[in-house]
Amino acid sequence: MDGLILQTLNGLDKGSAYAMIALGLTLIFGTLGVVNFAHGALFMIGAFCAVVMNGMMSLSYETIDPAQLDFLGQPMKVETTYLSSWVGPDLSAALIDWSVPLSLLLTVPVMVLIGFVMERGLIKHFYKRPHADQILVTFGLAIVLQEVIKAFFGANPIQTPAPGMFEGSFDFGVLMGFDPNAIIYPYWRMVYFVFSLLVIGAVFAFLQFTTFGMVVRAGMADRETVGLLGINIDRRFTFMFGLAAAVAGVAGAMYGPINAPNYHMGMDFLVLSFVVVVVGGMGSLPGAVLAGFLLGIVESFASLNEVKMFIPGIDQIIIFVIAIVILLTRPRGLMGRRGVMEE
Amino acid sequence: MAGAGLAMPTIFTGASWAQTDNYRNKPTGDTVTFGFNVPLSGPYADEGADELRAYELAVEHLNGQGDGGMLNTFSSKTLDGTGILGKKVAFVSGDTQTKADAARATAKSMIEKDGAVVITGGSSSAEAVAVQALCQEAGIIFMAGLTHANDTTGKDKKANGFRHFFNCYMSGAALAPVLAKLYGNDRRVYHLTADYNWGWSMQSSIENATKAYGWESVQNVLTPLASTDFSSYIAPVLNSGADVLVLNHYGGNMVNSLTNAVQFGLRDKQVNGKNFEIVVPLYSELMAQGAGENVRGIVGSSNWFWQLQDPGTAAFTKSFGTKYGFPPSQAAHTCYVQALLYADAANRAGTFNPCAIVEALEGFEFDGMGNGPTLYRAADHQCFKDVLVMKGKENPANKYDLLELVEVTPVAQVMYEPDNPAFAGGELGTCNPGA
Repeated sequence: MDGLILQTLNGLDKGSAYAMIALGLTLIFGTLGVVNFAHGALFMIGAFCAVVMNGMMSLSYETIDPAQLDFLGQPMKVETTYLSSWVGPDLSAALIDWSVPLSLLLTVPVMVLIGFVMERGLIKHFYKRPHADQILVTFGLAIVLQEVIKAFFGANPIQTPAPGMFEGSFDFGVLMGFDPNAIIYPYWRMVYFVFSLLVIGAVFAFLQFTTFGMVVRAGMADRETVGLLGINIDRRFTFMFGLAAAVAGVAGAMYGPINAPNYHMGMDFLVLSFVVVVVGGMGSLPGAVLAGFLLGIVESFASLNEVKMFIPGIDQIIIFVIAIVILLTRPRGLMGRRGVMEE
Repeated sequence: MAGAGLAMPTIFTGASWAQTDNYRNKPTGDTVTFGFNVPLSGPYADEGADELRAYELAVEHLNGQGDGGMLNTFSSKTLDGTGILGKKVAFVSGDTQTKADAARATAKSMIEKDGAVVITGGSSSAEAVAVQALCQEAGIIFMAGLTHANDTTGKDKKANGFRHFFNCYMSGAALAPVLAKLYGNDRRVYHLTADYNWGWSMQSSIENATKAYGWESVQNVLTPLASTDFSSYIAPVLNSGADVLVLNHYGGNMVNSLTNAVQFGLRDKQVNGKNFEIVVPLYSELMAQGAGENVRGIVGSSNWFWQLQDPGTAAFTKSFGTKYGFPPSQAAHTCYVQALLYADAANRAGTFNPCAIVEALEGFEFDGMGNGPTLYRAADHQCFKDVLVMKGKENPANKYDLLELVEVTPVAQVMYEPDNPAFAGGELGTCNPGA
């Protein structure tokens, strides 16, 4: 029983990332009709925003300390952060410790800007082209973006630790009457899960309760009619592209303490997130979120030894098996709309 | 000359190879070309970049530039900074992309288009095995870079291929007694193993070696190579009854699985009345940088370490550090040494004929290259030398000071017979001069 609870919790944080990426993917598909294979790269760039934030806060100047020797036996160059000189060592250390959450201040504007540039500079030229062309161009863009990141940051993962107060794990086992250490769950993963709920809730609230969101929803349902009413729906859809990029970006930035960012992490998530969108139903926002959490949990259970003993390798294919089953039984996905991608 | 020599035509033994011009890519001008086949993209690109830096440094030293590095400490004195056999060393490089097929394609191009006399480099066993087989067919010498799987000098060994780096068996043999000393006997071990050749090789080596100390494997879980989040594999460890977790992972896999294990509080756990321990059998400095604070106190093994105190290590670290501004990795070291060993073998043989080089390297004993007295065994072309057991440093003084030496395991302890079951299958065959 404790193992089941633990794997459910594990699935929730993985599902959180899937849900946030899939939400952005389906938002772009629902508004602009574009299958954006560069969306995983946006998740990765968001993670590197946290790396950059940490790097900016840690920018240092060097002084020579003759009392210490470096690895070549020469007087050591000691690095002191500018931040420390400005605000003092204690506050500087605290700010650097909180660099991941603080990086959201950098991530949101950067990602919105990247989203605008991507949409206006490249993707708008492919609106009327077949989906295959859109997939090819956005997949190519994803490869370019990841190679750019690798050129700047290298191929190895770069640690972006969680703030000190969120290090360690919470013992759910004791709380639920199990043995100590039976259900241990890291604090930051709980933070990530709650954060994803807040982000997803905010996006839904924005679409549901604002005039802007209402127009966007109307545009998603019938773009032509909204245009005939004299509303510039294209501008709103461009904004939605920026919003989707920002959602992927913040999902990536906060994911850094769970797995150290590396240039390839976007590709690792992209294929699975795309499956999540298809399972949830192309163009369905609630479907993407539901499928994200569902597949995260199922994937987690498939990693159990007890399951792998019966079906070896099931952990590698389970998501695709579920996608096949759902598409065979519900061709539009769990919550797909009629007419989407059916032309 | 052992096995390979017995199989060769008797007219081509000993110094007679030196008079034989009939071999592939015989250098005709005033330069001789080396082919550096390293991953500059893909998951091990950082290791590949460090390998290329080391090769460029080796070429400088062979051509008489710089401070000479290990040329000054190498026990063989044929290398004097005038190139090899009167020819300056030139090089071409290729990006293996950390993929076996790409590595084979770049090596083929360097052999056929650029006339490389030797192919060297690589950061994975898949690359090494593929390129080694190609070099055997083509009649070119292959000096392997970072490759740790037993198969490279086991079932996939080739007469034209040589490995300086240590292997999984040696890691297991070196680690087992140290682990027993540090953590006691009668431990219960949970293995997470990367689901490919190196992972299986590493897992069986460490399991076999620790069994002798009463360590029992309770579970071995294979993890897909493409995994990034290992939390769902780590969670069952908590309730498995195991008190040691061995991460048979390398590169990004190791960084992520170790990070996840620390996040789940495994290191703070007590099981069976003992502290829970994590072991990473193969360490690399670049991975330690990636894992950050999570490596503190974690034990693993290494081929070489820049903080060793011998003159060879000091000379190489000084040369590399002065040129590039940071200490070399073990990948850089093994590649630098391989380049020098090839050059020295050619000088001693008096020719670039691959079969003469093979003869010069087989059974060659040397020192002054950072690993103490070393033997290139004739039977399998594996180098035998001391193995280092390392630990993540608790209080690093700077960003390069991540690991510390726990013990230098003497070569006798990691030596094995050529017919050891872990290396069974395959034949070394005879050298191929390519003509």
